[in-house]
Amino acid sequence: MGSTNSTLLKIPNVEVLMQETGFSPAHIIRLHDRFKALDKEGRGHLCPHDFGAIKELAMNPIGDRIIGAFFSPGKETVDFHTFVKILAHFRPVDKDRPKEPNSPEPINSRSNKLKFAFQLYDQDKDGKISRDELLQVLRAMLGMQVTDEQLESIADRTIQEADLDRDDAISFEEFRKSLEKINIDHKMSIRFLR
Amino acid sequence: MASSICLCLLRAVFLVCFVNPLIQGLSGDVNLVQDPRHRLEKNLTGLSIVTFDWHHVQTPYLVITWVFVAGLAKLSVIELNHHVISVVPESGLLIILGFILGGIVWGADKAQTFKLLPPTFFYYLLPQIILDASYFMPNKLFFSNLGSILIYAIFGTCWNAATVGLSLWGCYEAGVMGNLDIGLLQFLLFGSLIAAVDPVAVIAVFEEVHVNEVLFILVFGESLLNDGVTVVLYNVFDAFVALGGPRIDAEEIFKGIFSFVVVAFGGSFLGVVFAVLLSLLTRCTKHIQIIEAGFVFVVGYLAYLTADMLSLSAILSVTFCGICCQKYVNANMDEKSVTTVRHAMKVLANGSETMIFVFLGITAIDTEIWVWNTGFILLTLLFVFIYRIIGVFLLTWMLNKFRLVPIEVIDQVVMSYGGLRGAVAYGLAAMLDKDKIPEKNLIISTTLIVVYFTVILQGITMKPLVQWLKVKRAAHADLKLIEKLNNRAFDHILSAVEDICGRIGDNWWTRGWNRFEENYISWLLMKPKARKNRDYLFSIFHKLNLEDAVNYVSEGERQGSLAFIRSDEVANVDFKKQFGSEFTDVMPDIMAIIEIVLSLVNKKDTIPSVSLDIHGKDRKNVADDINAHHLLQQHLYRSRKNHRHKFSRSHFSINQSEDEVQEIFQRTMRSRLESFKSAKMGVNPAKKITKHHKKDLTHKMANGHPDGTDHLYGDEVDSAVGSETGAIRGTFMRDTYTVRAGIENPVFLPAMDSPTHSSLPWLMETDAVAPSQRAQWRLLWTPNRLRRLAPMRVSTCSTDSFLMADLEEHEEKPQTDHEEEIRPVFD
Repeated sequence: MGSTNSTLLKIPNVEVLMQETGFSPAHIIRLHDRFKALDKEGRGHLCPHDFGAIKELAMNPIGDRIIGAFFSPGKETVDFHTFVKILAHFRPVDKDRPKEPNSPEPINSRSNKLKFAFQLYDQDKDGKISRDELLQVLRAMLGMQVTDEQLESIADRTIQEADLDRDDAISFEEFRKSLEKINIDHKMSIRFLR
Repeated sequence: MASSICLCLLRAVFLVCFVNPLIQGLSGDVNLVQDPRHRLEKNLTGLSIVTFDWHHVQTPYLVITWVFVAGLAKLSVIELNHHVISVVPESGLLIILGFILGGIVWGADKAQTFKLLPPTFFYYLLPQIILDASYFMPNKLFFSNLGSILIYAIFGTCWNAATVGLSLWGCYEAGVMGNLDIGLLQFLLFGSLIAAVDPVAVIAVFEEVHVNEVLFILVFGESLLNDGVTVVLYNVFDAFVALGGPRIDAEEIFKGIFSFVVVAFGGSFLGVVFAVLLSLLTRCTKHIQIIEAGFVFVVGYLAYLTADMLSLSAILSVTFCGICCQKYVNANMDEKSVTTVRHAMKVLANGSETMIFVFLGITAIDTEIWVWNTGFILLTLLFVFIYRIIGVFLLTWMLNKFRLVPIEVIDQVVMSYGGLRGAVAYGLAAMLDKDKIPEKNLIISTTLIVVYFTVILQGITMKPLVQWLKVKRAAHADLKLIEKLNNRAFDHILSAVEDICGRIGDNWWTRGWNRFEENYISWLLMKPKARKNRDYLFSIFHKLNLEDAVNYVSEGERQGSLAFIRSDEVANVDFKKQFGSEFTDVMPDIMAIIEIVLSLVNKKDTIPSVSLDIHGKDRKNVADDINAHHLLQQHLYRSRKNHRHKFSRSHFSINQSEDEVQEIFQRTMRSRLESFKSAKMGVNPAKKITKHHKKDLTHKMANGHPDGTDHLYGDEVDSAVGSETGAIRGTFMRDTYTVRAGIENPVFLPAMDSPTHSSLPWLMETDAVAPSQRAQWRLLWTPNRLRRLAPMRVSTCSTDSFLMADLEEHEEKPQTDHEEEIRPVFD
């Protein structure tokens, strides 16, 4: 497409963006198109209701939380950079990336993916998933048939399994440890963002 | 078990005793169809009070008897021991039953009088199955995978045909098969008819094996679309065989290729033409709703026959007719007609499928057709199997380079294993001309064996294979609770991010098409009212209204009277499931929304709760670890990845995952509404009101029976979701998130502006409106936009229509946002 370069030029700081996130120009353009499509009023940034307009998200039990994850605390808009950076979490892991000792971890590393997931649970950002927060997540993800006692019992049991230092909350380390066996790279990667 | 044995015996007895003597009795006058009125025999000696007259009813009688027998067969198969059913797929069992029946007839007759004749199959049994398949096809899924489906259908079938034909020919030349009167062209002809994956068999087996929706649509779509190729190949090679080898030159070959284009696209185009015809018809049938259901079948069948008449692909024609018309027909027709069509379609399709399989079994019991050639048959089986696997893997490897969401290996395995052949292959084989193809019987025998092999054996082993592969892939049988939870959470996260990124198929083309479709095609083909009611959100609330009202009234009746509603301090009822009531999860919504509304407007912030006293059941005490795991397993919402199965031969109602989807949707809406409420509480609202086109709808609804058709049948959720209105995008959402946006809900306005507004009668009026009405209003009032129960409380009387009062106020508001709201959202 002849317009590739011109589109790229229109995006400010595109080089930095590509560097940080590891997306190729084609992907950036695709995401930019998507961003513009979501931003119907053409303001250059997205609001929560732009996300809310995506029908399928309304049918996702934790859709609203994920929308919330795009917005830094206090901010009500998402600009393109933030949008891309957050989506960068879902890039498949680059297996053959040379390990440079001093460079920061790429956004799509396993650890950062887990951090993203962790922050979905940990709404108050205190670094721990409290029992209440877990209950909220469970409530969202389980059908209405499950009663509150059953819910609490599941929450208790879950914390029991994961909580190693017995503080009745799951810290990030405990979270990470409990998910050792799961192939995070596979489960939290969207192939077409490669 | 006992009942099924009884049924089998009954059938056997029926056949042997009743039908066979009749058949034997009809020795001379088999083909005479007499005018029923001419009952006068030659030697009439006196008035006979009652006569036995077989000849007159023979043909219809036999037909109906066989339909009846097939129905009994299905019944007995279903009633069979659960163990047997879970192992052998229904289609396999039906074939086996067919064997038995065929044996009975054979035993009585020494000849197979009942066979699956190709014309019967192609004209009377097949069309409704295809129509059923296409009418319930999940369109969005189909079209987003259309490219892959076409690749598999076209190239896969050609590959299969060519390789099987050539390999068999090669083996024949090598002398493995002994002496046969057969040539290369005939091998290719055989290859082309055996190559096609059969839709009937695929549906039958895949229905029992729950696979993910992409895989399902790929196999299913392929089986439907490959008819285009099969028909062409078959006809081309048939013509070539007739022409003879020497006369085939490049020209003929080019003609063959060109005929593919014509046949395939012509058939599809014809299907679309008939779909348009059908949609227009249903658009005009407002006053004869009773017969509009019939049009669907008639036009569908016409599409089939017309295509066949023009030697185009009939299956493609019906397929596209069904696919294209479903949206408009469902929108235009009355709800009852829609239900009728769905139900009737399923009945016909089920019946046909049963008959096909039973007759496939019966046809086998016929010594005339069986020619056994070990080499031929075994080699065919081998090649069919192997080349399918190779073909699928090869094509998938190529496709994965272009697909956004690649097809995984396990899916490829299932796809290749699921390449079932069925009755279409047999029908084509039976249509061969014996003079041109001397080895016709061998071909028929081989085809039958391939069909039995794939349907029965592969059907039996499909499920265990899938389970084995999945278990292998899962790597860990025993996950901890937190792992299970997180697994599912990740699935949801991934689906959500995929949606945010725009899934497959979201690009300029699809958006442009959607826009075009909404503006022009829907304008042409849909009733205007139906167009307005495409609003997905609206239809969900309409459905909720119906459910709420029904539940509410029935509960009230159970309690004796509705008078309880007026009191404020009745003990609390819990509408939750734990009390074993039959209320759906919808009920909490009423409570939540009423709570919200009342607490907002009622400055005292006490919420009068309406309650019914229901005695609680004992609550189960969940203490076990096993229970927790079990609960998670059962109740975690499934994500898009986890098998939202969308097509079934015998069920058309909303399948469970659609219920889940609805539930999730309601909860999301509710929580958004609550967050709106909390946002609103903290902020001074602006006075801006934007008129929403939904008010038109609510206005209409207030005036009578809601015209909106219910879009919540399984596949229609799909099409409704795929539909273009920005319902959810509408003002509803804007309220939730944009903190400083104007309050658009006029219900909240009165709280700020005019406390004397009559929209909240139970707070203002103390004296009596008739109790029932008032009681109903009190409970059922909801924010204007939602109007959840408004349509059930229609009143044209001016005094008590709170609705009217409310509406009048806002009639004049400028419709500036009207266009905006209808603007489609393409996500």
